[in-house]
Amino acid sequence: MSRDKCEVLKWGRVTRAARFSVLGVAAALSSRSVRFSQYPPAGAFCIVRQGNVPGTSWLLFLIDKDYFCFFSSRSGAKLIAPLGCLVSRQKHTLPDLPYDYGALEPHISAEIMQLHHSKHHATYVNNLNVAEEKYKEALAKGDVTAQVSLQPAVKFNGGGHINHTIFWTNLSPTGGGEPKGELMEAIKRDFGSFANFKEKLTAVSVGVQGSGWGWLGYNKEQGRLQIAACANQDPLQGTTGLIPLLGIDVWEHAYYLQYKNVRPDYLKAIWNVINWENVSSRYATCKK
Amino acid sequence: RSGAKLIAPLGCLVSRQKHTLPDLPYDYGALEPHISAEIMQLHHSKHHATYVNNLNVAEEKYKEALAKGDVTAQVSLQPAVKFNGGGHINHTIFWTNLSPTGGGEPKGELMEAIKRDFGSFANFKEKLTAVSVGVQGSGWGWLGYNKEQGRLQIAACANQDPLQGTTGLIPLLGIDVWEHAYYLQYKNVRPDYLKAIWNVINWENVSSRYATCKK
Repeated sequence: MSRDKCEVLKWGRVTRAARFSVLGVAAALSSRSVRFSQYPPAGAFCIVRQGNVPGTSWLLFLIDKDYFCFFSSRSGAKLIAPLGCLVSRQKHTLPDLPYDYGALEPHISAEIMQLHHSKHHATYVNNLNVAEEKYKEALAKGDVTAQVSLQPAVKFNGGGHINHTIFWTNLSPTGGGEPKGELMEAIKRDFGSFANFKEKLTAVSVGVQGSGWGWLGYNKEQGRLQIAACANQDPLQGTTGLIPLLGIDVWEHAYYLQYKNVRPDYLKAIWNVINWENVSSRYATCKK
Repeated sequence: RSGAKLIAPLGCLVSRQKHTLPDLPYDYGALEPHISAEIMQLHHSKHHATYVNNLNVAEEKYKEALAKGDVTAQVSLQPAVKFNGGGHINHTIFWTNLSPTGGGEPKGELMEAIKRDFGSFANFKEKLTAVSVGVQGSGWGWLGYNKEQGRLQIAACANQDPLQGTTGLIPLLGIDVWEHAYYLQYKNVRPDYLKAIWNVINWENVSSRYATCKK
């Protein structure tokens, strides 16, 4: 499905009757999909320009929160053209790994990377979509009990998706060494030295009891870096407010096939593949 | 024999009894093909052994903190005691819950109780499987005995939280669903591990635990 960015040119409202008569003449369904940066309200219509193609605009009718009808218009006549497409709510998707499964060897094996990405992370994505669908229904009915009972699934799978999406970018086959510039200055300021920081994050990650993550995060309120551990797939920002910069996955699936029970050896190895450019860029972003 | 020997060399100095790693009642390979020898060896000689060692260390420190009346130190040691102590308790039960001649279905009083409290053995098996598969993160699925209400109950515990210490239920049968319990063999497919483990459940042991706690 194409994911062209849509720029909204104009909003308006249509009456219910007008919506249905438009629907009545819609003949064909196209399968193009569009992502909005801001969710439009039901019952609205808007004229959007798709991508950068000049002279292409779409008249968009929203049937309800999720379903849209698109009408392409290159000329005035086409504004009434019966094109339509039904687009459902955007689902979460598994991001591609920025490198091959074997790229982080010998520090993290190809077998681990493949299972970790294509099975574990993929499962979080699928289960998150299922949970969000059910949550949508519960919300629509105002069913608080159902919403509360869905919270663990959203936190677990949503957190798993967030955490792993960050994690893949935190690693790189050309990683390792030490950070430079502003991030390094902040590390020295907040931890005394890079060695101290590395020791601390290692200890916190090794010390997680059960499944969880070690994090370097940014405390925006206090304007400083902070190390924290989270249990299971609890997302750092959602549960502590810290902005995630660098995560170390210490679930056994992240290392067991290669390092067995010796989590400290995995920690020693992972420092060789930390993508400091990515961590620095996350730091620069959240400091604004 | 004479007064002199009463002053005979002092007896041995005995320190507080330390916890020790119990022997496995069977070979590491005995539960194959359901649970691999490699898993059993790592699980017993590394994971369980580590809980035992760390428990002893934590208890030593706790003893000192107690002697000084240092509450802060005691509280800070609680996680280590619960985690390693729970790990020791849980795995000690677990090894006895499994057997190379296990599998099938229980008999006698335990079977009657299962039928009474879960409707049927199939229902119970399905429920304990679902609860165990559904643990988010590391933990255990348990069949326990609720002494207060005189009935069997299924529960899940996180990490190494010991069933009795945290819920009051008396542990009868535990299913370890930490990834180290199955990953080398079943990878991410925890349900396949659950399917397999029913083939090695030692119902004699579970029944005998039930008989003991009912008294």
